[in-house]
Amino acid sequence: MEKQSAKGWLYLLPAILFLGVFMVYPLIDVFIYSFEEGYNSASQTYYGVGLYNYSYVLRDPYFLQALKNTFILVIVTVPLSTGFALLISVALSSIRPLRNLYQTIYFLPYVTNTLAVGLVFMILFKKTPYSDGLANLVISWFGGEAIDFIDGPYWAKMFVLCLYTIWVVMPFKILILTSALASVDETYYNAARVDGTSKWRTFIRITLPMISPTVFYLIITGFIGAFKAYSDAVALFGTDLNAAGMNTIVGYVYDMLYGNSGGYPSYASAAAIILFTVVLTITCVNLLVSKKHVHYS
Amino acid sequence: MNVLIYTLLTLWALMVLFPFYWMVLTSVKSYSAYNSEYIPQMFTLSPTLENYLEAFTVVPLARYFVNTLIFTVATTAIMMAVTVLAAYAFARLNFRGKNAAFVVFLSLMMIPSELVVITNYVTITNLDLRNTFLGLILPSVTSVFYIYLLKENFEQVPDDLYYAAKVDGTSDLKYLFKVMIPICKPTIVTIAILKVIECWNSYVWPRLVTDDENYFLVSNGIQAIRESGFGRENIPAMMAAVVSISVPLIVLFLIFRQKIMAGVARGGTKG
Amino acid sequence: MKIVLQNLTKRFPSRGKGNREDVVAVKDFSFEIPDGKLIGLLGPSGCGKSTTLNLLCGLQKPTSGRIFFGEDDVTDLPAEKRGVGFVFQSYALYPHLTVLQNILFPLENLKGKDKLSKEVMREKACEAARLVQIDELLDRKPSELSGGQQQRVAIARALVKMPRVLLLDEPLSNLDARLRLQTREEIRRIQRETKITTVFVTHDQEEAMSISDMIVVMKSGVIQQIGKPQEVYDNPVNLFVARFLGTPPINVFSGRIDGGRLMIGEDTVLDVPGTESQDVWIGVRPEGFVPNENGPLHCDFSGIEVMGRDISVVSTHRCCENAAIRAIISADSKVNTQDQTVRFSLKPGKVFVFDKETEARIPLEQA
Repeated sequence: MEKQSAKGWLYLLPAILFLGVFMVYPLIDVFIYSFEEGYNSASQTYYGVGLYNYSYVLRDPYFLQALKNTFILVIVTVPLSTGFALLISVALSSIRPLRNLYQTIYFLPYVTNTLAVGLVFMILFKKTPYSDGLANLVISWFGGEAIDFIDGPYWAKMFVLCLYTIWVVMPFKILILTSALASVDETYYNAARVDGTSKWRTFIRITLPMISPTVFYLIITGFIGAFKAYSDAVALFGTDLNAAGMNTIVGYVYDMLYGNSGGYPSYASAAAIILFTVVLTITCVNLLVSKKHVHYS
Repeated sequence: MNVLIYTLLTLWALMVLFPFYWMVLTSVKSYSAYNSEYIPQMFTLSPTLENYLEAFTVVPLARYFVNTLIFTVATTAIMMAVTVLAAYAFARLNFRGKNAAFVVFLSLMMIPSELVVITNYVTITNLDLRNTFLGLILPSVTSVFYIYLLKENFEQVPDDLYYAAKVDGTSDLKYLFKVMIPICKPTIVTIAILKVIECWNSYVWPRLVTDDENYFLVSNGIQAIRESGFGRENIPAMMAAVVSISVPLIVLFLIFRQKIMAGVARGGTKG
Repeated sequence: MKIVLQNLTKRFPSRGKGNREDVVAVKDFSFEIPDGKLIGLLGPSGCGKSTTLNLLCGLQKPTSGRIFFGEDDVTDLPAEKRGVGFVFQSYALYPHLTVLQNILFPLENLKGKDKLSKEVMREKACEAARLVQIDELLDRKPSELSGGQQQRVAIARALVKMPRVLLLDEPLSNLDARLRLQTREEIRRIQRETKITTVFVTHDQEEAMSISDMIVVMKSGVIQQIGKPQEVYDNPVNLFVARFLGTPPINVFSGRIDGGRLMIGEDTVLDVPGTESQDVWIGVRPEGFVPNENGPLHCDFSGIEVMGRDISVVSTHRCCENAAIRAIISADSKVNTQDQTVRFSLKPGKVFVFDKETEARIPLEQA
């Protein structure tokens, strides 16, 4: 099996071309951009090299707002969605009739367009001069005051964003967790039963450790995904996220690149690299924590 | 206990289904009926399809559909070709530098698309490819993860088949198409379906490189409709558009339910 | 603890569409297991022996019938209240817990007045570990143990709570041949030391015969025979039991009784006066053949297999149901194989006659 060198590289060539142009080169380029000060996209010139872009971004109130929004989103949605998905999956695994139906329904959000359904959420939560919307109708049943969740107070907007994010990420988590639960050998449960183990203790001492790698995988991907949130926010609050005060880090990157405030690839690059650093750090911390608590067979 | 479980499951099922119900419901309410409801009604007694008519006439929704279809089919097709060839090279061929190349590929899996989008945007702009299908498609083609997934699957095909084919004088390309691809068809179909879902829902990249609505995909179309279409307040027409663009994927999902769910469980990410 | 099963029946609803009959896994079981004995449930796969074990331990509920442990009716008690130890075929050791944690697990479930202090629990766990000789391995994870060691941990975990009854499901099936011999002696020793009534399930007759005080032979959910291993071997009640026990297996001939003579083909092999004339199955144990130049049974000689202490004379006969007849004789016997024919006389005690239809044993009055 010698002398295949040329052939091997030939088969790889298309992939190498695409990856080279649209992934490797941009990766290098983004670092260069982020250090080029005063880059002008029209003339493609810059004044000098340094950390100015980073310091600009880190002092930009829009970026700080985006940073704050993203962190809140991460801290609220990752634990809630993972915990709730675990609850649903355990419930789902304990029933027989209708299980497939529920599973199919739960998966639906995965295959629907985030922008499209986001629009529905917006309508449900928006308060207009004509109507308070359905969410406010429900609130009024409990004697609450009508709130505009889309153009109203910050916490209300954040609430809808978190709710929608959770709605969007649940299908994936439920699917992964149910298949992890199904893969636990039933003999372990029988063994635990013979030994008189309570349901709760069986769950804590057997089920949870057995599926811990999956739970941990979901937490890591959940963190990464939530840090990169963007289209959910656009769906709810429109493209001008800075004006709505609901921008995310990724949104900030795109806004710097394009649109009304766009044309600053250097700032965009610096912001993107900051985001990447944050994600990388948190993933590493996660990995360290997991070493202690996750059982890998 | 069982009652409690079913209550919980049903509640969440309603949570999931309700937005879908609401968008279908709203899309068949007439404009005047909808706007006169100060308290939203949970059903309608006089459904109408006029909103759908409007969605396809006032806004070039059909255009968005065709664009998305072209984009999805072309991207998926090119990606499959690139992926299959690369996966085959890694799984079956021996060549100098293969391991090093594979390590580089693997490390590219860690790179978030947000990091490379900036330069790609500049590249496409400089190449004058904004508002073209080429500009939409080219940067969306690569997927290191699918190459990896398919390579793993290709490697499960026994070596003996390859040697037997070689002895019979089969060329590599023929072996790939006559043996490998048929055997690994389930994985290939899964990858294709996942890519189709991804393409159909893609928003960020199309938004960056298109501002001419002749090249809008459905996601951008929806966003445009939201910001300016139907005079902003015609919610029923908006919902008709939303239903229209959601239906194809839901139908696809219901047909390939098992495959899609198994595929996502194995190789999907989202969140 | 004495175990009594009364008319135990377990049906499973049939799968699939249509009104097919239920599957009866266990049918009208009644027997009594004396206190402190080691019992082997023996039968081919699908005979209902594992179901019986699950009924005993409470993982499945019988369709009808009662189960008693001593004087207590435990039929309606769930598994956790029966006080049984169960060793699963796959051992079911929790892979994320160490050996010690695995053994402690059942003790940590105890609540209320039964609750033990940490020290007592540890002491009991170590005692159990010592009993099965794994006290060196307490800090290892199951994946770091050999199959035999895992088996011992599983036994220790089942024993640590001092069960009233110990149940083992195919305890040796996951071990290689050498370990199997060693482990079955080990099970015997542990059972003797603890004196816990023990029931184990196996499809391997040799395994069951070698260590059981009593074996229960089952077929299609019905008990065929219960007794001490040697008794069952020497006195099988029907053709199935005769065939199932013994290696090499019993040689079965299609023959007849004619005027008080037991005939295989044209050869009269035994005189059986007073037995009704009829077509019968004749089973002859391999050790029941005696090479004899004037013996009544003529077989076509195929060859001789040397096994050391014994030799096995291989031959064929047109009336024999087995592909080849195997006769085990001591190595110093002389075998005359003139004209490719070998002649045997038969030891009456090693010859069993069964009804052609019911396959039940026909008692013989031998001359």
